Amino acid sequence: MTDRTSHLELEQHEKTFLDSNELIINMGPQHPATHGVLRVILKLDGEKVLGTECVIGYLHRGVEKIAEHRTYTMFNPYVDRMDYVAAVSNGLGYCEAVEKLLNVQAPPRANYIRVILTELNRLASHMLWLGTHALDIGAITPLFYTFRDREEILKIFEKYCGARLTTHAFRIGGCSYETYEGFEREVKKFLDFVTPKIDQYEELLTTNRIWLERTKDVGKISAKECIALGVTGPVLRASGVKWDLRKAQPYAAYADFDFEIPIGQNGDTYDRYIVRMQEMRQSLRIIDQAIGKIPDGPIMAKIAKVMKPPVGEIYHSIEAPKGELGYFIVSDGSTQPYRVRVRPPSFVNLQALDMMVRGALVADVIAVIGTLDIVLGEVDR
Amino acid sequence: MISRLRAQHGSGLHETNTYLGQKYIVADSSLIPELLQVLRDQEQFDYCVDITAVHYPQREKQFEVVWILYSFQHNDRIRVKASYAEVDSVPSAVSIWPAANWLEREVYDMFGIRFEGHPDLKRILLPDGWKGHPLRKDYGIIQQDQEWVQINLGIESGQ
Repeated sequence: MTDRTSHLELEQHEKTFLDSNELIINMGPQHPATHGVLRVILKLDGEKVLGTECVIGYLHRGVEKIAEHRTYTMFNPYVDRMDYVAAVSNGLGYCEAVEKLLNVQAPPRANYIRVILTELNRLASHMLWLGTHALDIGAITPLFYTFRDREEILKIFEKYCGARLTTHAFRIGGCSYETYEGFEREVKKFLDFVTPKIDQYEELLTTNRIWLERTKDVGKISAKECIALGVTGPVLRASGVKWDLRKAQPYAAYADFDFEIPIGQNGDTYDRYIVRMQEMRQSLRIIDQAIGKIPDGPIMAKIAKVMKPPVGEIYHSIEAPKGELGYFIVSDGSTQPYRVRVRPPSFVNLQALDMMVRGALVADVIAVIGTLDIVLGEVDR
Repeated sequence: MISRLRAQHGSGLHETNTYLGQKYIVADSSLIPELLQVLRDQEQFDYCVDITAVHYPQREKQFEVVWILYSFQHNDRIRVKASYAEVDSVPSAVSIWPAANWLEREVYDMFGIRFEGHPDLKRILLPDGWKGHPLRKDYGIIQQDQEWVQINLGIESGQ
């Protein structure tokens, strides 16, 4: 293990173990609070964290390599397996990137369906984050509540496309499935159902004294540090940067809707919690606006069955629940992409962990991993 | 912005163009450290979105390294590209954008491209002892480091 920890500048103590204050411990890869198979090597002085090193790659499946050996259409379901709690967002980013490369546009009806499903998925992702993050910190109840309510979203997905988690809901050029009978009614019913539930979560946590103690001023990161480290998504916004790709560079039908970008001020774990809670409410607002006026028309653009995008490259990114999710695709004019690069938000955000926990306590490391909202499937790809 | 860059570094910029509404610069590899610094300091590209590479085995300089940058102030993106041969090392951007750290490690892991001046260049997704760089075109899709698999996992093959 020496090569992994060498940069932490371990001093070679000649004293006995008990005399030495510095201790190296492993958190993970089999640890319930690391949200998957993440191994963090912690260098500790008692309870204080002196430095960390993340060891990742346990879930590496070579998604980018697979892409080079599949056609554009065949690769589509693979992207769902990266951030598997927000599969719909992954699919949206990929489909839009290829559409740009092909120079086609999804019809308005498809864009509205895409926005509704993507925002439902953002809700599901934030609910899962809230449940597990609160569980890590010691509040068990929110987990049951959020999983119960997330189930309703998964039911809508299942009815729409047959899958709950890795949905493969969209196709290049639009959507494959028409909305089912009663889709609008059920989504509306869900909105009425979930709005008071979010108040309920907030009642449990927002002013809870233990929650405040565990999250206020924990894992602080400033806007400047976020930008330098490439951190995006709710983490960046909680540090006070009003930046959301849905507004900055609108895609799909987002330009049609009215919504706010919630921001925080302190960039601590509590602010990130508040920002995500408000984002859930904004997602509800977007769905509410979209559901009433889904335009009529086709759901697929006219697109060749065998796709051969012209030689060239494209970078397209969307605001996934975790941050900026980008696809860089190089086409050589054949049916298979020459190179697909995925810019995963979780991977880049995880890099900030070391900076955020230096000088903090071991228990804060758990809180910070939770608040970064990483999904290891996406970190490792 | 492009014209300003052209005036300053005209001879080093092989191509400045737009494709599908996205700006990109193909620069000479000797110009890269200076160009990246200028883009951040003078053109406010303060956010390094991604660093990646593409392998073209038939070219003399096989690897094309791509820097994708974003400017919060101008809400603008740009891609900088430069070609490198296998023996070349690429100047590290970690001192310009700390975000480059893991991104460069991943490029090294997947392509075997070395970054000069990187504080801790080692594999990131694959295990330390792994042989080969999977995203090179000559690395097969089912190829694996048999020896590593046998020693570390105690199985004949991972396939």
